[in-house]
Amino acid sequence: MTPSEQLPQTDHTTTEPAAEFVKDPSIAAGHSRRTFLFKLALMVNGAVGVVLAIPIVGYLLGPALKKTSADNSWINLGPLSNFPEGETRLVSYRNPITTDWDGQTGDIPAWVRRVSGETFQVFAINCAHLGCPVRWFAQSKLFLCPCHGGAYYADGSRASGPPERGLFEYQHKISNGILMISAGRMPTLANEAKNVTPLTQIDTRIKGSSAAKLSAIDQPQPRCSSCQT
Amino acid sequence: MPDLKQRGLEVYNWFEARLGLGTPLIEVAEHEVPANTASWWYVFGSAATVIFVLQVMTGILLALVYAPTASNAWNSLQFLDHNVRLGWFLRAMHGWGSDFMVAIVLIHMVQVFLFGAYKFPRELTWIIGVFLLLLTLGMAFTGQVLRFDQDAYWGLGIGASILSRVPLIGGPLVGLMLGGPIIAGNTLSRFFALHVFVIPGILIAMVGMHVWMVLRLGINDYPMPGRLVKKSTYQREYHELEKKTGIPFVPDAAWKDAAFAAAIMLAVIACALWFGPFGPSGQPDPTIIQTAPKPDYFFLWLYAVLAYLPPSLETPVLFIMPVIGIAALILLPLLSGEGEKHVSRRPAAVLIVSVIAVSLGIFTHLGTYTPWSPIMNAWTSDPIPVSYLHNRTPLEREGAIILQNKQCRNCHSIGGEGGLRGPALDAVAAHMTEDQIIRQVLQGGGNMPAYGNALSPSETTALVKFLTTLRGNDLQPAIDASRHVVSAAVTATPTNSQ
Repeated sequence: MTPSEQLPQTDHTTTEPAAEFVKDPSIAAGHSRRTFLFKLALMVNGAVGVVLAIPIVGYLLGPALKKTSADNSWINLGPLSNFPEGETRLVSYRNPITTDWDGQTGDIPAWVRRVSGETFQVFAINCAHLGCPVRWFAQSKLFLCPCHGGAYYADGSRASGPPERGLFEYQHKISNGILMISAGRMPTLANEAKNVTPLTQIDTRIKGSSAAKLSAIDQPQPRCSSCQT
Repeated sequence: MPDLKQRGLEVYNWFEARLGLGTPLIEVAEHEVPANTASWWYVFGSAATVIFVLQVMTGILLALVYAPTASNAWNSLQFLDHNVRLGWFLRAMHGWGSDFMVAIVLIHMVQVFLFGAYKFPRELTWIIGVFLLLLTLGMAFTGQVLRFDQDAYWGLGIGASILSRVPLIGGPLVGLMLGGPIIAGNTLSRFFALHVFVIPGILIAMVGMHVWMVLRLGINDYPMPGRLVKKSTYQREYHELEKKTGIPFVPDAAWKDAAFAAAIMLAVIACALWFGPFGPSGQPDPTIIQTAPKPDYFFLWLYAVLAYLPPSLETPVLFIMPVIGIAALILLPLLSGEGEKHVSRRPAAVLIVSVIAVSLGIFTHLGTYTPWSPIMNAWTSDPIPVSYLHNRTPLEREGAIILQNKQCRNCHSIGGEGGLRGPALDAVAAHMTEDQIIRQVLQGGGNMPAYGNALSPSETTALVKFLTTLRGNDLQPAIDASRHVVSAAVTATPTNSQ
């Protein structure tokens, strides 16, 4: 195929003499204006980049910058009669913030312990060590974690193993004979440092006078940030 | 036939005249390399690249069917396994390909380290290689997440829990990782984006740079004891070696790469056919808590390390060790860019590789049977050996029932069955006295929870009575040495002891 072989040759014949003629220093001398315009164009591009970066970074960091409290809401766990006194039972609830395509992952389990009367403890399923699902053993009154063997007593306090603290607890309240918890986020250690008041103290406060009980229940903000992160 | 050959050549020339890539590519393939680089030790890099191509191809084919949503991902894997013709085989190839790729990248790295190939002028090639290792591990982890089953779900929980320990910004990092308040649809979507777009894109670019530098700087000449690398003379020596002993890379050296790559591909195919695809295990339903999540093979060592670290050391080790490790890998060629390359003159290198290999091996082995985890159903599934109930009093047999009912077996083995978290109880009475056993059961200690609240006094008595009968093969019962002293003192001066 002769035409194809000629193709580069014809290219060369046309460009090579032209390239020799173009070597005129006077054209490159007027270069400073073009350099300036090029730099100006670059700066405009940089400004456009910054303007563009704001929504992009905002979009990317959206889930990270969201306030913890914004995700929490009160969730109905069912009537008190579902929870016999002295027992710890597994419940599950639909997370308040979900999408249709979350499927089963939007259903979150939790352990409800009815100590007596209206005294409850609601524990997150996630081990305080690395978040694996703890299981309740009523006979030995222990929560055991299958991942690294963390163990917790019935009241959620650390018994043994790698966890450095007790189980995460959800804030709860009882209204019209229904147990409700404030939840919405996967509990992790992240906010532990900010929160020095463990939820068990709310428990003791709730046990006091009815006025104190009401005031404790009507707190709009979750008291226990460590369990709601 | 000659006519056909002629036509073929013409077509090639037509493209070559316009594209101009053929000639330089042939030149690159046939460039001269020192004859001593045609070694079977030098085949791992090309094999890793070949497996990477396999992963890209099988990955694209899987993406034709996979549904990257939390509600459907698991079902689409089942569909791939059972309803799509040969879908199971592609899943198996992709899964086994990932295991082989991690393994070969590691072997390649060890070989490069032991052959001193990271030294001048190939420092940057090594540093890019370190990032390629991290990206490969990133692909392995994100790929495990895309197999959206129970292990993936709780594996994400472990990842989020680790991130939550980062000081100050732990909370936002968890949000960034999960893409929302909980592990759910957004989480899977962003891991899909990472696994399919972000990491492969960076990986391809970096593999390109890595290979480009190998071509530009030449393949590392086979080390000789005593032949030292000096920045002032190395390049000249290498070019002399190239001139004196140069052989064309293709085919004189490359045939070994090609043969090894084919062998590795056959091994992946054999594993895929023989063992089949990985999982998926149970559905990613967090309300099904009867599960013992475990990471894939290449992260088992980390899973084991996390079980053994004391709580107070965990967070520092999790965040300081990786930084030190990665910094050491990056700084290695910059700090030791000259000098001896041969492994026989570098005992520290051999020691480092041995220690790391043995540690990873041991931790991975421990990770395969997790002795630190309670066996959740041991108390209902593992019976007490009949011989341990022979000639026992009713109280002692009652104690055996209590041992069973109180889930002691979940952590303690008897007759070789049960958990490995606590010590085996077959000979417990040979090294603990009755008093010590009572104290241990009620108050716990060591790594054992206190059972004072879970046992009534009568249950405790029965349990301890049974435990005192467990003396292995009729070993001597443990005795309290101080008893002798006390009783001797009592007999000598009975009034004083009152």
